[in-house]
Amino acid sequence: MTWDIFYTSLPELLLAAGGTLRMTAFAFVVAAVLGLVIAILRLSGGIVGRIAFLYIELIRGIPALVLLFLIYFGLVPLGIVLGGFVAAVVALGLNGAAYLAEVYRAGIQAVDSGQHEAAQMLGMRRGQIMRDITLPQAVPIVLPPMANYLVSLLKDTSLASLIAAPELMLRSRDLAGTYYLPMEYYLLAGVMYLIMAWPMMHGVRKMERYFARGRLQGSRA
Amino acid sequence: MSGWLTTWELLPLLLFAAITTVEITFGGFIVAALIGLVLATLQRLDWRPLRIIIAIYVDVFRAVPVLTQLFIVYFGLTEFGIRLNPLSAAIICFGINGGAYLTEVFRSGIESVHQGQMEAAQMLGMTRLAALRIVILPQAMRVVLPPLGNFAIGLLKDTALASAVAAPELMFRARSLVDKTFLATQIFLATAAIYLVLSIPLGYLTRRAEARVSRGRR
Amino acid sequence: MSGTGDVAPTPLVEVVGLTKRFGEIEVVKDVDLAVRMGEKVAIIGPSGSGKTTLLRCVAHLEKPTSGHVAIGGERIGARLVDGRWREMSDREIAHVRTGIGMVFQRFNLFPHLTALENVMLGPTRVLKQSRAEAEPLARELLRKVGLAHKAGDYPERLSGGQQQRVAIARSLAMRPRLMLFDEATSALDPELIGEVLNVMRGLARDGMTMLIVTHEMQFAEDVADRVVFMDHGRIVDEGPPHELFRSPSHPRIQAFLRAVVDREVMNETSAP
Repeated sequence: MTWDIFYTSLPELLLAAGGTLRMTAFAFVVAAVLGLVIAILRLSGGIVGRIAFLYIELIRGIPALVLLFLIYFGLVPLGIVLGGFVAAVVALGLNGAAYLAEVYRAGIQAVDSGQHEAAQMLGMRRGQIMRDITLPQAVPIVLPPMANYLVSLLKDTSLASLIAAPELMLRSRDLAGTYYLPMEYYLLAGVMYLIMAWPMMHGVRKMERYFARGRLQGSRA
Repeated sequence: MSGWLTTWELLPLLLFAAITTVEITFGGFIVAALIGLVLATLQRLDWRPLRIIIAIYVDVFRAVPVLTQLFIVYFGLTEFGIRLNPLSAAIICFGINGGAYLTEVFRSGIESVHQGQMEAAQMLGMTRLAALRIVILPQAMRVVLPPLGNFAIGLLKDTALASAVAAPELMFRARSLVDKTFLATQIFLATAAIYLVLSIPLGYLTRRAEARVSRGRR
Repeated sequence: MSGTGDVAPTPLVEVVGLTKRFGEIEVVKDVDLAVRMGEKVAIIGPSGSGKTTLLRCVAHLEKPTSGHVAIGGERIGARLVDGRWREMSDREIAHVRTGIGMVFQRFNLFPHLTALENVMLGPTRVLKQSRAEAEPLARELLRKVGLAHKAGDYPERLSGGQQQRVAIARSLAMRPRLMLFDEATSALDPELIGEVLNVMRGLARDGMTMLIVTHEMQFAEDVADRVVFMDHGRIVDEGPPHELFRSPSHPRIQAFLRAVVDREVMNETSAP
């Protein structure tokens, strides 16, 4: 009999999982773009660099949930009223930007400065050096942690259920409460997260192995 | 702004709740570290069925949000008449979830130790388990310490999720105070500041461990 | 040195029909070898001939694909239970290994322990001696390998030759009846080889049973009672060193020895 309920609520849950994926995608774009900006500011040094550093340190010390509540509830007294979905995208994006900024920085710095000088001596300009020398070497370092971040972002969107943003966990809580079948619905939600996250995790692993091999071959040359 | 004045009065309440946050973090960390240490060691003993089970555990718990796991343990188990108090539910959940992560951390730590170390220990008459315990793990700790510190910081922040099952920790207290006073901005900012302060010593220790590892690398 | 009795004693090491395959590749092919108590046997041969694998099978660091190894008449890796051979548990194998010392090409000292602690680890953790019991012997062994003054140093502060000597002392601390040497000097700079070989010579004089995989032909000739030449996984020839080296019967050995001599001459002439 419980299976009937599942059958009727499955479309609802799938729709909600769509919301989860949408939220993940939007937040990822925000984090990826903002993170790059922060990384560049951080590396440019000076006051701006220090502010960027401060941003990274602050955000990394604060729970994503607190940031989410701060943006959803805390901005209301200042006259800024965001919907649940937008608040979640902004909070998760701001949170992820701090993380990705460090990832980008590691990637850019991993490229030996001697390479930069060698390229300059070949008469290459800054833009060319970035495109032809730095990025091709940084990508293998940056991509795996970025993909890893995507997986944890997917999971973190579940926090948005606590501010009633439309996604999988919120719908599961509704249904679990309505039918009083918490175990069934939360397990089902868990399985759905698993189905979404597992291919990504698998992909990350393959990517790591692929790049590890590339580095090995590179170092032999 | 009279609102800020009230916030100062609320601060002790938040700080008091932060003690519970530290307790959950500490409890969860101990459980996670024990699970990670034991499973990574068992994994290294090369007993196939066990290795597969551990791999599944690691994958499943890393693919599902902690919040979902928390709800399964806290709300789901009530269907079977098991009513955990929020605090134990949180510690169990963060422990098991973190255990999956730390199994990977300890595994890579163990793998970073050269195979010759295991063989030399075995030739002294140690069993594989004894060799892992006496020779391999002490060396793996150097590599493991920094990610262990990062995990502790992440865990500290994750404990805020326990507010969703009404564990009386910092975030829960903040949320209930906001409900009463409507001072969302001040209270959540103060909460953020407390988390930040709590994470500073952990961050400091982690960075020291990282510096030590990179210095000792040959 | 030679036995006084007429009865031939059971060999300390007995390798019977040993074959080891890694996947498709047969690295050791149906090898028989016996080493008597007190005998020093050198195993020589080109790289990839299976010498190291044979030695590792004796230590049971590799499990033979077929055939077996017995130490002091006791099979290593399998045990007879109710008329059937049962695989030994990890604990049982560990116990057999307490009587075997092994010296590795890459030393494998424990980097987180001092030289003295390295030597004491086996006696204290495996033989369950107290520190007070174990320390005198450990210091004595360090003195014997000429490193008493380095007792408190960590391996990274020691030269390769010093590390290898500590590794030998570490093995001796278990009072083994058999010592295995797996290319103990191959990873060393040329000027450090001598000090390790000297320690090994001393050990040989003391009557230790030794199975030595080596590329040092002069050392093999000086120390070994018997030299075993391996090629492509098989024992091609064996005999007393003067016979094997002075009048090599087998063309493979002739070629191998010429190549080794050439390399040594090259090394000497190319040295600054």
